[in-house]
Amino acid sequence: MTHLSVRSGADAPVCDDGHMTFDVQVEVLLRPGIADPAGSTIERSLPTLGFDGVREVRVGKSIRFMVEADDEAAARAMATDMCSRFLTNPVIEDAVISVVAAGGAS
Amino acid sequence: MTATVGVVVFPGTNCEFDSADAARLLGAEPRMLWHQNPSVADVDAVIVPGGFAHGDYLRPGAIARFSPVMDAVAEFARSGGPVVGICNGFQVLTEAGLLPGALQKNAGLKFVCAPAAVRVETTTTVLTREAAVGDVLHIPVNHFEGNYTCSPETLAELRDEDRVVLRYVENPNGSVDDIAGICSAGRNVVGLMPHPERATSALLGSTDGLVLLGSLLAAAAV
Repeated sequence: MTHLSVRSGADAPVCDDGHMTFDVQVEVLLRPGIADPAGSTIERSLPTLGFDGVREVRVGKSIRFMVEADDEAAARAMATDMCSRFLTNPVIEDAVISVVAAGGAS
Repeated sequence: MTATVGVVVFPGTNCEFDSADAARLLGAEPRMLWHQNPSVADVDAVIVPGGFAHGDYLRPGAIARFSPVMDAVAEFARSGGPVVGICNGFQVLTEAGLLPGALQKNAGLKFVCAPAAVRVETTTTVLTREAAVGDVLHIPVNHFEGNYTCSPETLAELRDEDRVVLRYVENPNGSVDDIAGICSAGRNVVGLMPHPERATSALLGSTDGLVLLGSLLAAAAV
């Protein structure tokens, strides 16, 4: 099961057709308990540059897009569905989704 | 009658000719199946070969599963047809939901390219029917994301149902339970990280891949 956490923003601008535009950011991270060899390698490397005391380095990817939807809940629902069916592999990855109103109406 | 083996080709696939050559060597007729082809026609078996389908963008296999040919492969598998996914093909089959679990980056971020000893764990699959349990085969691995993982429930299911097909003698990538290959509940879909098509001639250093691909062709002929 994919675990999704959602951050929300302010009300989005409304288009002529009643749709609103939202900026969506999806952060994909390996699930807790899944080995993150890239994160571990970075963590082991940082002390060689003098950065001591760094822990829990995790490497993921960020996917950003704009979406038109009736409201924020609908935009969030779309992004959540995209994550569970395509943008993440629920066996090994989690997503953090943030949905905020776009800068201007479309 | 000569068996026809469909070899799926995505943009970025790079083991299709090795797979086709191996099929030909064993007396079968290979047929390339371009990923946009919505049918596998009348092939007797399907190989999803290795490479970097669709550039491995997003995740290995994540985009490939939307290619029209994969619906046809899934239908072929549902009807009991033998399907084997090798390396990237294994990744594609997990992403397509034809096999459980996932393949993550190798432990230690280590790209492995070496002959690997793998032990045959079951012979009731389309890829191992002509081998014997306990046989140790020397077959090359060549991957960065071959570290098989799955939920504890899935792992228990795979073990209980005798669906771990091959295990590494020495684990090269951190794969859970030393798993090198698994099969579907119907035992007609097999995914494995080692490349049997690259172990088909003494000149290549091993002929141990022949028993596996020969099994696939035997299954195709049934």
